Amino acid sequence: MEDLGEIVGEFLMESHENLDQIDRDLVSLEQEPGSRDLISRIFRAIHTIKGTSGFLAFSRLEKLAHAGESLLSRLRDGVQPVSPETITVLLLCIDGVRSILASIEENGSEAEVDIDSVIVKIQAQMNAPSDGAPAAAPAPAPAAEAEAPVSVEQESAEIARSAPEPVADQRQPLGQILVDAGAAQASDVSSALQQQIEGDERKLGTILLEEGKTQPAAVNEALQSQTPKRSIADSAIRVDVDLLDTLMNMVGELVLARNQLVRGVMETGDSGLVRSAQRLGMITSELQEGIMKTRMQPIEHIWSKLPRVIRDLSNSMGKQVALVMEGKETELDRSLLEAVKDPLTHLVRNAVDHGIEDPERRIASGKGPEGTLTLRAYHEGGHVAVEVADDGAGLDIERIAQKAVQNGLLRPEQIPNMDKRDIMAMVFQPGFSTAAKVTNVSGRGVGMDVVKTNIENIGGAVSVDSTPGEGTVWRLTIPLTLAIIQALTVDCGDQRYVVPQVAVLELVFIDGNTTKVEYASGAPVYRLRGKLLPLVRLDRALGLEVGGDQGVYIMVLQADGRRFGLVVDRVLNTEEVVVKALNTRFKDIGLYAGATILGDGKVGLILDVSSLARRSHLAVDSERESVTEKRGQQAAGTERLLVTAVGERRVAIPLDTVTRLEEFPRDRIEHAGSREVVQYRGQILPLVRLSHLLGAYGEELEGDTVSVVVYSEGGKSVALVVDRIVDIAENSTTARRDAEEDGLVGTAVIQQRVTELLDVRRAILAADPNFYSDSMDEMMVEV
Amino acid sequence: MASRQFATFEVDGQLFGVEVHTVQEVLSYNEYTPVPLAPPAVGGLFNLRGQVIAAVDLRVQLGLARQALQGPVMNVILRGDGEPVSLLVDKIGEVVDLDDETFEPPPDTLSGPTRELVVGTFKLDGRLMLALDVNQAVDTYRATH
Repeated sequence: MEDLGEIVGEFLMESHENLDQIDRDLVSLEQEPGSRDLISRIFRAIHTIKGTSGFLAFSRLEKLAHAGESLLSRLRDGVQPVSPETITVLLLCIDGVRSILASIEENGSEAEVDIDSVIVKIQAQMNAPSDGAPAAAPAPAPAAEAEAPVSVEQESAEIARSAPEPVADQRQPLGQILVDAGAAQASDVSSALQQQIEGDERKLGTILLEEGKTQPAAVNEALQSQTPKRSIADSAIRVDVDLLDTLMNMVGELVLARNQLVRGVMETGDSGLVRSAQRLGMITSELQEGIMKTRMQPIEHIWSKLPRVIRDLSNSMGKQVALVMEGKETELDRSLLEAVKDPLTHLVRNAVDHGIEDPERRIASGKGPEGTLTLRAYHEGGHVAVEVADDGAGLDIERIAQKAVQNGLLRPEQIPNMDKRDIMAMVFQPGFSTAAKVTNVSGRGVGMDVVKTNIENIGGAVSVDSTPGEGTVWRLTIPLTLAIIQALTVDCGDQRYVVPQVAVLELVFIDGNTTKVEYASGAPVYRLRGKLLPLVRLDRALGLEVGGDQGVYIMVLQADGRRFGLVVDRVLNTEEVVVKALNTRFKDIGLYAGATILGDGKVGLILDVSSLARRSHLAVDSERESVTEKRGQQAAGTERLLVTAVGERRVAIPLDTVTRLEEFPRDRIEHAGSREVVQYRGQILPLVRLSHLLGAYGEELEGDTVSVVVYSEGGKSVALVVDRIVDIAENSTTARRDAEEDGLVGTAVIQQRVTELLDVRRAILAADPNFYSDSMDEMMVEV
Repeated sequence: MASRQFATFEVDGQLFGVEVHTVQEVLSYNEYTPVPLAPPAVGGLFNLRGQVIAAVDLRVQLGLARQALQGPVMNVILRGDGEPVSLLVDKIGEVVDLDDETFEPPPDTLSGPTRELVVGTFKLDGRLMLALDVNQAVDTYRATH
């Protein structure tokens, strides 16, 4: 046994993989009972296990595998049909094999495991059990027990089995391919095989060819059909994961060293060195990519267990569930795969348990009796999205809201203002369950919060969306890898910090004039396209000396469903950084997600965006309310307005009439007659100064450029000159008075200030009296 | 007679020592990244051949003012429990062989933060060396008021 340690280890690993495949195949076989391919594949896999266990003298395992094989051979030969019961028994058999393997792995022996009860069930499944005790004697080939008439195929199968091929080799023997293709006689093949057994060292194909029993082309073709399988088997090796982790770390170091070197070389300006450094850079990047790939595995790896989970669960609950998998080849870092496995299984169980209704209910609501569960994985902007979607009843938002109020998570008055997605997100709160009854599967209120925690621990996110009556989609967003992230480096005070780029939505420069930080009773905010964005000053959050509000940057960040602006002094650049775990003594601070070595060799702290948001006591509710309020307004027929400054006045222009915003150098303005024009995209663009049009003669603004709003229609354009663009605002039609003045359609209060609404048509005609003449004659008549 | 090797260093004119086997290396380094909101005894982080090392300011641990961290500061890098951690000190001394005979418990008159960090006193020629409790010395969450 000791000497066999390694072989047994290999056998165990290989068998586990095979068993997972068998599980999947059996479940598929239940869906398409006629598939000979599936039966053959399952048969071969079990046969392999049986063969190797015999070789390694695990007799109980062999006995069990043999019993399963016997039942399978009856299915394969069509002696008995594939029924759900047969599948159940075969799955039981696979479970038995699993527990024997587990016992071998644990204590090196298979003695403890009870297999007789399973074998009895298997035999009971066989409609016409043979007289002997097939389970006791593994020797006779299963095909021999079959009562089907012996056909050529049958014969060749027997030949295949008697061939001296290694049991682990799953590819079809050459002889069988030739016989199947009708290129050789079964008897010739078997005599050639006999020759091999007797010591002829020539290959089977060679023997047949030399004896003129087949054609070279046929042999070639047969060999071809064998090759793909062989190449996969031969080109893959097993590598210790620890070794890969070490390589990964070393490549991380290499990336750092490369960054430092490249910086140094750039400073020297030696062109030869720069070229070498660039080459080194490229090679390092490729190496890094290559190493990362070695750690990638298709998500199929963790999906493979789910068909079985779903089948067992839906059977036990009397539901019918079809499983659809999309994008199973999507790859993820293996450490991430491990972390995603349990959350995913939980979501799937939950979907079968609570999502998909039982057949009666489904039919009553006009759906087919069978529910569909869709697993979907795909890449999305540096992330992998994994979805678990069901077409069940959907989440009951009313009940979630009720429950959230009961549990003290929400106040009743918050509910009406909340977005439905935000209410649904309550299910991720600890101790939250809306299941009417607790089953042994789910409904105990543990689970969804654990799913959320687990996914967030690996830098991912969870969300849910649901339509009543149509189903629910659970969505996991997972980073591709943990070790290297895209990040923005920023300055705050005299220190440099690193912000993961996934959290960054946009950057805004605050010049203190056109863009500025405002205070709502002491709380800093910024108007981002008309919405108030709560701001967090990084220096304040870090307990540093607080700087000014001018010449700073706002990073618009999104974390935990909150959006906020982080005020930093300077944004430097984006780079890939290697995430280093931070010493445990800093875990309690919570503001840092890790550390990294920056290009200059110094240590930089990576900010944890979600805990920054939490620590800064961002009022989630107020932000949410303002968002929903805005949405509500928009629904009630609001318009988006471009607010401009003209002299002392604020003039708003409906955004949908604006084509572009431009800045023109003042010296590009030319004169055509009494009009001002600029050349713009090969056209002559007439200008109209709103200050003249509206009679707002103020001081002409100094500066080298003018701000214009370009309006185009039917191939024609005009430009409205304003002093500056202030903002974009949303406006309801309520607080509005009609026009008293030429050139305006009215006035309204926008952002607490009286703002005039421009009569766009009038302004355009002032710029170009013929603007509408070709295209819109009728309207001219109306005017 | 049993003897032990100590790596010695000075803080505020006082000689301290830790057993040599607890020390990974000694080096001078001049760029430290401060960690805002960390305990006051954390001097900063630095890059030791690609590894991020936390430097504990021994002066703060002893109840003294912080190291200025401008220009090079000596680090005694201790193997630590799983991850190396550095002690910022004023000056590095020699490695000395000390007989257990020269050991005495800390004097009763020694009090304050230093008392908690010191396991004993070694009587050297002409001066005293205080042997540090390594775990206490790097514990930045120790109350240092």
